[in-house]
Order: sequence, then C-alpha cells, then structure tokens
Amino acid sequence: MKQPGLNRTGRHSIGKFAAGMSTALALFLFSAVPSIILFSAVPSLAVNPDEVLPDPVLESRARAISSEVRCLVCQNESIDSSNAELAKDLRLIVRERLVAGDSDQQVFDYLVARYGDFVLLRPPVRPETYVLWFGPAVVFVLGVIAVGFYFTRQKRRFAADTPLPLSVGERQRLEQLLADAPQDEMTQRPSSSSDQATGRTGTGKPKS
Amino acid sequence: MTAEIGHFALILALLVAIVQSSLPMIGAAQGRPAWIALSRPSAILLFALIVLAFAALTHSFVTSDFSLAVVYRNSHSAKPLLYKITGVWGNHEGSMLLWVLILTGFGAAVAGFGRNLPPSLQARVLSVQAMITLGFLAFLLFTSNPFERMFPAPLDGRDLNPLLQDPGLAFHPPMLYTGYVGFSIAFSFAVAALIEGKVDAAWARWVRPWTLAAWIALTAGIALGSWWAYYELGWGGWWFWDPVENVSFMPWLMGTALLHSAIVVEKRDSLKVWTILLAILTFSLSLIGTFIVRSGLLTSVHAFATDPERGLFILLLLSIAIGGSLLLFALRAPALTSGGLFSPISREGALVLNNLLLTVATFVVFVGTLGPLLLEAAGTKLSVGAPYYNAVFIPVMVPLVAFMAIGPMMPWKRAELGAVLSRLKFAGLMSLIAILTTAYLQDGGPVLAVAAIGFAVWLFVGALVEWTDRIRLFRVPLAESLNRAIRLPRSAHGMTLAHAGLAVAIAGMTASAAWKTEDIRVSRPGETIEVAGYSYLFEGLRPVQGPNYSAEEGSFLVTRDGRFVAKLTPQKRLYDVQKMPTTEAAIHTTGLEDLYVVVGDPDGKGGWTTRIFHEPLVPWIWAGCLIMVIGGLFSLSDRRLRIGAPVRSKKWQTKPETGQVGAQA
Amino acid sequence: MLRKSIFFLPILTFFVVGGYFYWGLDPNRNPASIPSVMIDKDVPVFDLPRLEGSGVVGFGSDDLRQGTVTLVNAFSSWCLPCLAEHPVLTELAKRNGIRLYGINYKDKPEDAAAWLREHGNPYARIGADTSGRVAIDWGVYGVPETYVVDGNGRIRYRHIGPLDLAAMNEIILPLISELKP
Repeated sequence: MKQPGLNRTGRHSIGKFAAGMSTALALFLFSAVPSIILFSAVPSLAVNPDEVLPDPVLESRARAISSEVRCLVCQNESIDSSNAELAKDLRLIVRERLVAGDSDQQVFDYLVARYGDFVLLRPPVRPETYVLWFGPAVVFVLGVIAVGFYFTRQKRRFAADTPLPLSVGERQRLEQLLADAPQDEMTQRPSSSSDQATGRTGTGKPKS
Repeated sequence: MTAEIGHFALILALLVAIVQSSLPMIGAAQGRPAWIALSRPSAILLFALIVLAFAALTHSFVTSDFSLAVVYRNSHSAKPLLYKITGVWGNHEGSMLLWVLILTGFGAAVAGFGRNLPPSLQARVLSVQAMITLGFLAFLLFTSNPFERMFPAPLDGRDLNPLLQDPGLAFHPPMLYTGYVGFSIAFSFAVAALIEGKVDAAWARWVRPWTLAAWIALTAGIALGSWWAYYELGWGGWWFWDPVENVSFMPWLMGTALLHSAIVVEKRDSLKVWTILLAILTFSLSLIGTFIVRSGLLTSVHAFATDPERGLFILLLLSIAIGGSLLLFALRAPALTSGGLFSPISREGALVLNNLLLTVATFVVFVGTLGPLLLEAAGTKLSVGAPYYNAVFIPVMVPLVAFMAIGPMMPWKRAELGAVLSRLKFAGLMSLIAILTTAYLQDGGPVLAVAAIGFAVWLFVGALVEWTDRIRLFRVPLAESLNRAIRLPRSAHGMTLAHAGLAVAIAGMTASAAWKTEDIRVSRPGETIEVAGYSYLFEGLRPVQGPNYSAEEGSFLVTRDGRFVAKLTPQKRLYDVQKMPTTEAAIHTTGLEDLYVVVGDPDGKGGWTTRIFHEPLVPWIWAGCLIMVIGGLFSLSDRRLRIGAPVRSKKWQTKPETGQVGAQA
Repeated sequence: MLRKSIFFLPILTFFVVGGYFYWGLDPNRNPASIPSVMIDKDVPVFDLPRLEGSGVVGFGSDDLRQGTVTLVNAFSSWCLPCLAEHPVLTELAKRNGIRLYGINYKDKPEDAAAWLREHGNPYARIGADTSGRVAIDWGVYGVPETYVVDGNGRIRYRHIGPLDLAAMNEIILPLISELKP
C-alpha cells in the first residue's frame, strides 16, 4: 500500500497551535492509507454480462484492478468504464490472469510490461513522482513553518505593546481575588493582585 | 446583417476597452477627475456592446443562419429551440463570447453598484477589468471570430453534439463562467489595491460581495456539471478527476480560501498580503483553466476542438495578466502594513488553518492535473487518475472538515480550545451514534466510509450547535430565540447553511461511492430483477421517435414489497444528423437514494443487457450543493454588505487591534 | 532581504509552469501517444496462423530471428488510416532487402482478404490475429502501428499511426540500413 510518507520534522511548538497542527497531520496520515480503499468502489457501464466472472471474489478483484487501468484509446477513462474495444480486450485479459492465479500486482505487471507505466491510473511511487505523492505533505509542513514564522514575528512585533485580553479562567480568578480581598485592604490589594493577574505582556505564555 | 452588427459591436468594444484600460488608470495616478469619471460610463457601454454582439450571435443561431461558420458547425434546423439557444455557447467561439459577456457584465455591475467605492479605486478596478476584457476581445477577434461567414452558405448544419442537447448541460456553462469569470473582480480589486499601495478592512468589505457571488455561481456550476454527468453518462459516476473538471475545481478551492481570509482582513485587518495573493491566484487558476481546455495541452473528454495557435495566444494573455499581477505583487506587497495581533488558537488561527489546508488541496489537484505534462517534458509518460486523487486529496479534506465545526465556535483574537470543544460535545456524541448506526446498517462497504459519515455528521451538528448557541435556543424562551435568529446578521445564517450543506454533500458522496449496488445481466422481457430491496420487472423495449432522434425505449416496473414505486423508461437514442448513439438512463429518486436503470445492447436471442444501480444518498450531493448555494445567497443579501460598505471617513481611523471601521455611510 | 525575495516566489513558479505550457503547445506533440516499452527488447513469443485467402503464410517470433531486418505492420480492413498508408507500405516493400510482414488485427479473414485483393498485398507474410491478443503482447493499442525488428528479433522502433513518406525517408529507411549486418 502506498502512503504519502512523512518525516516528523521539528515544528515550531507554538503552544496549542502545534497541537492543532499535529491533530490535522494525524488525521491526514490516518486517512491517507485507507482512503485508497474507501473510494475504489466504482460502477461500470462498460462491463458486459458475458465478461462477469462466476467467482464473485475474483470478479470484484477484476473490477478493482480494472478501475486502475487506463483505457489507452480513450480520454482519461479506466477500462472499467469505457466501451472501447481495446478496453474490453484488456478487461478480459485481467480476468484471464486472475483466473490463472495471478496476484493483483502480477496482473498490473503484465499490463505494464506491454504498455508501460502510462497504463496505470495510479502513478507508481518513483523519484519522478515524489512531488505527486509527497509534495502535498511537504507543502503542508512548509505552510506550518511559514505560519509559525508569522506568529513569532507577530509576537515579537507586539511584544511591548498590547496586552492580550484575559482568558475565561483568568477573569474568574481575578474576580475571585477581588472578592476575597479584605475590605480595608481594598485600596492596596486589588492593584497588586490585579498586577499579578494581568501584569503580562504579549511575550508570556498564556496559561490554559 | 445581424452578424455584421455583432461583429462591428465587437470591434467597437475593443476600442472602448482600450480607452477604459488606459485613461482611468492614468487619471487615478495623476488625479484627473475627468478621466477617472470615464471609467463608469465606459464600463457600462462596454457591456452594452457585448450584449449586442451576443444577441446578434443568438439571433443567428435561432434563425439557423448557416452562412455563419460557427452556426453551421454546431447547429441544425431540426434542433429544438432551447438547444438552438444554448448551442450558442456549446462551441469554442460562442463560449468565449459568453466569457467576455460575463466579464463585462461584472465590470458594469461594479460601475453601477459600486457607488460607495472611492472614485480612484473604482477607476483602477474597472481599468484592470478592462485590460482583461481587452485581451479576450483581441483573442476573439483575431483567432476565434464567432461571426466568421462561410460562402456559399450550406443548406443545413452539422448539428450539436447530442450529448450537449440536454437541459442540465445547457445551463452548466453560463453558471460555471459566472463563477470562473466572477473572480476577475477580486483579481481587479487586488491589483488595484497593489497599485494604490493600500489594503484595509474597507477593501475587504468591498471585495466580499463580488467574490461571494462568483463563489455561489461556481458552486452551482460545478454541481450542475456533475449532476449532468451523473444522469447522462449512464453509469452513475459524478466526478472523474478529468483535467477539465479539475480546472474548475481549483478556482473553487482557492475561492473558498479567499472568502475566508477576506473575513480576517475585514475583521482583524490582518492576513492582507496573503489575501491579495489569493485573489490574484484564484483568477489566475481560472485563466490557466481556460488555457488548458482550449489549447490541446492535455487529453480530456471535455476538451473543445483544439488549436495550438489559439493556445499560444491564450498563453500570451496569461503571461501578461498573471505575470504582470504577480510581478506587481512581488514589488508592492512587502510594503503593505500588517494589522491585528491574534493568538494561534483563535478564530483567525482556525481560518489560517482553513486556508493552509485548502491551499494544500489545490496543490494536490494542480500537480495531479499538470504532473503528466511536466513528467512528459522530463521524458516519462505517466497517468494520474482517480486512484491518486482518492488517495491524496481525501486525507487533506478530513482535517478541514473536522476543524470546520470548531472554527466558527471560536472567538476572535484568542480562544480556549477546551471550552470550545466542550460546547461541541453534543456534536461528538451525534457523530458517534451515526458511526455506530451506519456500521450496523451497512454491509460490505469499506470501513472508512463509516468514519467519513461520522465526520459529516460532526460537521452538520457542529454547524447547528454554533447557530443554536447564538440564538440561545432552549436556554431562553422560544420567542426570544426566534427574535435573536431574525436579528442575526444574514451572513451568520449563510455560514451555518454553507457548512451544513457541505456536510450533507459529503455524506452523499461517501454513501454513493461506498455502498452502491449494481446488477449487470442479460434480461428477457417478463423477468424480474432484485436489487437492494427493489424489484424491477423488465417489460421490454419499443421504438419511439424524438424531434431529432429515434430511440428504443425500455420499460421497467419498480416495486418494493409489492407496492408500486416507479415506472422507469431508459432509452437508447440514435440522433439523425450526427448518427451518434446515446444512452439515456432512467432515474427515480426517493430523496434517500436513486434507482438508476440503463438498457444496453441486445444479445440477439431476445434478451438485452440491463444495468441497474442502487445509489444510496446520492441526491444528498446535489441537495448539499444547493444548501451551500442558498447559504451563499443569504450571506450575499446581508445588509451590511449593501449599506455597510463603508466610506472612508476622515473623522475615524481604522483601529488595527479591533478591526473596527468607523462611520457607516 | 530574504523576506522581500520570498514575494518573488509566486511569479517565479508561474514562469516555470508557463515554460512547460509553452513546451506542451508544440504542434508536433501528441498528448495521447505512448512510447513503446518494448524498444530494445525481444519480440514477444507468438505464432500466428496464415490469413486465409491472402496467398501468403503466417509467421511467428522465430521467423523474426533469421538475421534479416523486418518491418512488422499491424493493420485491419476496417481501419481508414491503414488504407492511407497502404501506398507507402507498397513502396517500401518494393525496395530490396526490406521484408514487410503484417499482423492482421481483429479482422474477419474474408474482409481482410478482400481488402488485400482490392488494394494489393505488400506483405511477404501475414499473421491473422483475430483475437488481438498477440498485438496486445506487442503493446499495440491501435492500428496502424509499424515496428522495426532487427535480425536478432529485437524491436528497435515503433511508429504510431499511418506511415507517411517523411517518416519513411527520415526514420525508417535510415534505421533499416543502419541495422543491416
């Protein structure tokens, strides 16, 4: 099974953004491999009743393989969905080879030996196709890095300027502190405790 | 005579476009009010001229004037009137004229409805729009003239390709082009902003309605095309990752990203550089798409009759438009000031993630479509088909869908992820229930389809939860909730609808791909076929006659548990003129599934090949797209977009941190 | 400085992509044609029966290893371009030292025989591949296709589509004289 492999390169750990990104990445990986199975159920206008193999397991293998073989005389169709003569011949060949006991890979190899990799609708993973298979993941990681740079620059630029607003938890704590403060020390305590609570600028890591 | 009027109109339009591209732009740079004021009337005049040309062409088609080469090649006197009209854009030349019609139409709309735009900005926007129009008018007049005459005029035409003689396909191009071409306005706004050297919340507010309109049309156009393919091509497929489909999908992905990042510019005065780049890239993808479809670069079921010479011309247009705008971007964008600060975990952060994922998705489609070309230049000939996209595109969409439910719940500037997620507990629960129910009900499909349904439900319920939270449903009296709902800005409803619509469409796509049942066999009249709980009694075939075709019509009586469901009559047609056979599937939809019947070739022994498909939830794909379109329309009708388009008042400054814009008009 | 130069990335990318577009527009390029993977490989093992009514015998892979260069042409009576290239093939066959064999692809024997009678038979031998399987082993995906096979039974060149005089003079003939021992 092919999967867009991924190097866990170091990423800027910007608090929870990294967590969010990791989740996105994990979902990406998690669904990458099995998605191949997910959407391979393709129907056919082209398969004729007389081509259908009696063995349903072999037949479904044949259909799955056919949906990955290009019809060479059509425009971007698979042999499973094309009415062309050559498509039908190739469908029959696929079935013959399956009945003869070939594995899926052997059937593909048989066709590639005659027509080259062009006949495969799923490009093989080779150095030439790394961009296709790994490119998206690389772009994603580059994007995360770029976004990371954006955030660190943002933080640096506004370091001394604007304090971040209080989070919900912090606001509650502030209210609690203000409520707890004894009456006679109202004038003093609130200011110092409020300094403690809010005396942060944009550089500190926010508490959760 | 009409054709000559049309031709003359085109030439006049070219001249007006030359004026409109130059004078207002120079006027804005040099502060000449008279030249600036020229932009609006010339944009409207330009549109009027193109309307005239288009009307002339339509008239030629409707009256079957076969002395026009394009009418001869694509029409026939026996063709039904509807298809005579829609045949105007069923060919290269006519569809290019439609392109220009919509391009100038949008320009006229900006001229007419953009009264609250500062004059110099409007002048620049209309100038850029005119430059694009100029390029395409030149293309039309010099390489693809729809008014080219033939002498002697033939008695009748070659008829339109029967596949195109269909209501769905008739309306697919105008809708698609409105979308495709509509993004030109965002492009023009972006270029104008770069020239002015200023991007702010006001700019984003002005750009939004046009981008939204284009997005709505493109969504509808793609959905129409997909729906047409589904019922016309006869095997229940609705997306093939064909290059021409991909080429309309990429602007949609980028356009969605643009819509969302423009919100951040508007609300937070942030992400300006990125949004400008997106605006340029979205329309650039539209242009590249036009190029690919009409130049013979790639093989495709859709490609128009291609001509490398035309391809070269479009490539030149592309280089000037895209190269020029990207060069401008490289030079001017660094000077754009940055705005508000926000935490990575915030609504802005979620929108950044949204943009990142959509960009990766566009990249996938881009390399998949153009990869074979690049590899061929490097010496290897490879195919990239559906298996690749299924393997790579879907994993990118999964996190996007997951976060789509979370993003709208987050406040601006800074959010507590834990708090947000706990508000979505209910969505998580419903998702789990959906997964378990589906797993129990389904049989034989792939495991991940169940997970996909779970994601769709997560998104759907999550969108609803956000909306119900806003109106405090069940937490305050119902009347007050209703009151809140009515007073909510329309774009809030629009967002909920659009996100929920996508969830519905995803559910439809998953189910129809994973749990489709099909039956292919040779049937004799009188036989009954059982598929997925429905019984199909095959009654036989009989000949019928259509306006420009003859057909064999099959008849199927469909029942379920003895109760009548439908009578389905698929046809095999032979069109008289082009002698082209087509199969017309018969489809019955119950809202939850489609029953899809096609009749094939006879076996010579009294039987026919019958193909019966059962497609669960497939109507939800189109329904979901429709809901998305309605959501978009809701957003478009938001009052703030119409009266709130702000005038730059001298009294108030835009405050970067809060993104507030001052005095409303 | 780095920041400023990043802004040039989009336009640079565009020019690279645009360059490939320009390359792709070459009128001589056919996006649907596939290079043969059998070049420099041995011909597939096969043995085709004669085409009834053609007046010549069939042939097999052994016959292509006799030390002579052979042109193997896949054709059919229902194929219009095959008719278009027929005069060129006839011309080729007349030259000394050129051996022209034909594979009759997915044809009814009576149709093919009639076609040859009407237009002339330039082939020294013809194999009747009614099922088309042998052609598939050769990597044929349409007719006509013409293969240049050297004396050792190795495929050296494939021409897709009808042979024209230009291809004959510029590619086929020079190749054949090069391959002759």
